[in-house]
Amino acid sequence: MSGSGDPARVVIDANGIDTLIAILAKRGYEVLGPVRRDGAIVHEPIASTDDLPRGWIDEQRGGHYRLKQEGDAYFAYTVGPSSWKRVLHPPRQPLWRSEIRDGEVAIEAASVDTQRRALIGVRACELAAIAVQDRVFLEGPYQDRHYAARRAGLFIVAVNCGRAVETCFCVSMDTGPEARAGFDIALTEIANGRFVATAGSDDGAARLAELPTRPAEPSELDAAAAAIETAAGQMTRTLETEGLPDLLTSNPDHPRWDDVAQRCLNCANCTMVCPTCFCTDVEEVNDLDGGGAARVQQWASCFTTDFTYLHGGGAVRDSVRSRYRQWMTHKLATWHDQFGTSGCVGCGRCIAWCPVGIDITEEAAAMRGARGGG
Amino acid sequence: MGAKPRLGVFKFSSCDGCQLSLLDCEDELLAIVGAIDIAYFPEATRADDTGHYDIALVEGSVTTLHEAKIIHSIRERSTRLITIGACATSGGIQALKNGADVAEFISAVYAHPDYIATLDSATPIKDHVPVDYELRGCPIAKHQLIELIAATLAGRWPRTPPHATCMECKRAGHVCVMVAQGTPCLGPVTHAGCGALCPGYARGCYGCFGPKENANTAALAARLAEDGATGRDIRRLFSTYNANAPAFRQEAQRHG
Ligand code: SF4
Ligand code: SF4
Ligand code: SF4
Repeated sequence: MSGSGDPARVVIDANGIDTLIAILAKRGYEVLGPVRRDGAIVHEPIASTDDLPRGWIDEQRGGHYRLKQEGDAYFAYTVGPSSWKRVLHPPRQPLWRSEIRDGEVAIEAASVDTQRRALIGVRACELAAIAVQDRVFLEGPYQDRHYAARRAGLFIVAVNCGRAVETCFCVSMDTGPEARAGFDIALTEIANGRFVATAGSDDGAARLAELPTRPAEPSELDAAAAAIETAAGQMTRTLETEGLPDLLTSNPDHPRWDDVAQRCLNCANCTMVCPTCFCTDVEEVNDLDGGGAARVQQWASCFTTDFTYLHGGGAVRDSVRSRYRQWMTHKLATWHDQFGTSGCVGCGRCIAWCPVGIDITEEAAAMRGARGGG
Repeated sequence: MGAKPRLGVFKFSSCDGCQLSLLDCEDELLAIVGAIDIAYFPEATRADDTGHYDIALVEGSVTTLHEAKIIHSIRERSTRLITIGACATSGGIQALKNGADVAEFISAVYAHPDYIATLDSATPIKDHVPVDYELRGCPIAKHQLIELIAATLAGRWPRTPPHATCMECKRAGHVCVMVAQGTPCLGPVTHAGCGALCPGYARGCYGCFGPKENANTAALAARLAEDGATGRDIRRLFSTYNANAPAFRQEAQRHG
């Protein structure tokens, strides 16, 4: 992705998107997009717009997610349980393997994944989350070569949200609902299976030029703007970010931490579904014959005992209270010190997929002594 | 390690399912046999129980006087005693009889109650002798058994993380049955190990691996009640394969 791209706005229909999918597949991309599986919208390989969850919308609140049929839009659902983190920073990543050959230990690094992938239907908050993980994995002193390889091969088709659910708060986090950067093509669904499309990169402009499109009419541009405004207007949940880092770091003994610890299952679902949470641990796998061993990285969570276990000393954070406090303080406060941005993009996944519906916005508001949530 | 470590596999009150996990290691079985000397394993070999074991795998709970005695002999003759499965680590499903009218149970189940000699309770091995390591599950997970053997051979601590099943569920990419369907699931309070098998088939977790670290069963029970579960439902949910594990037993007791 480079250059400012073509700012022209064109109209494309579902056939045009089918052509795009076909062109991308032909160019060697694995095309991943939203599909309906087990009662949720998740990301899987798609072959055409027939695979998309057309006519399905989601309903979300704390600890609750349901799909239902309504309308005929392709992208009226919002975000589901799996973020694109699953693709770019997968749950398990082999790092290296060692063998003993002729009495010598030979170590071989795991090869990087060079498969190019096209992501269809990436929302603004998810683009923001990818940008956060870019900072974590690429922009520090050490780069994650596996993330870098997958990231380099991406073609991103963003979708501007025309609908928000109760758990969304991207407006508060200034990340959406409109995709501003970080995509190759952005689509806004208007009506009757039509989309206003914009290129966000040279690559995106080149692909768009290969598709059957026509210039957008002023009324279509108005409809696209109105759709995004509708989503923004539907957002009932807010997170007041002003002064939040100071508030959290200066209140380690606030009674609210005890209160949330009573409710929190320390199940780690919030960290697993969060598109920015990046922590991993490394597991050793030994061959039974004693000759070889491998190290495998996998998603970890600050909600577990193992996470802060020190040899001989037990866990540093052994209470649920200290773990929730760590998670929320890192997301909303110390992330700024570490990476120069918030660790939260306002996607609301941690709220919906927390089995007991603990709400980061409500907890933050309670710390302020205000009424919060949505 | 020099000579091959000597392994014994012992059965107490149990269904044999955990021992069979060892035979189930089809692909790895040859490597296991190459690395360890399976000295005593009535399910697979004819050898008698004699001598010292480097590793004793113990399946089943103590439910008879005889079992309460022989576990001491096995402990004395073993360097590492490792319990395998829910019965050995928490008492198993047979521990449902703990605190109940055992004589009545026996007369309801057996045609000739007079042939039955049993203790009033089914107890985990650790209530009787010190245990070096526990493998959870009903039955245990094959990959954890292999990890246990491989780690022991490599001279490191095995890795069987005590966190929630939810982490395995999310890593596997399953859709949460509780959030997306309202199905009761014990995953948030259950020790990982099975790879979130049941949620992978759109079923709630039954808690086969017993309580996880810091299991907040009260918060989960409150959520289940909000979703319409009755006290009886919640009691039953916590009273299965690990009914006698303290965290599950106490939660069950709070609901009747
Ligand atoms: S906040 Fe919710 S999802 Fe996160 S660990 Fe606690 S109970 Fe689990
Ligand atoms: S903390 Fe919650 S709302 Fe914020 S980015 Fe993570 S999952 Fe989304
Ligand atoms: S289905 Fe069960 S195990 Fe999986 S995340 Fe949900 S509550 Fe946890």
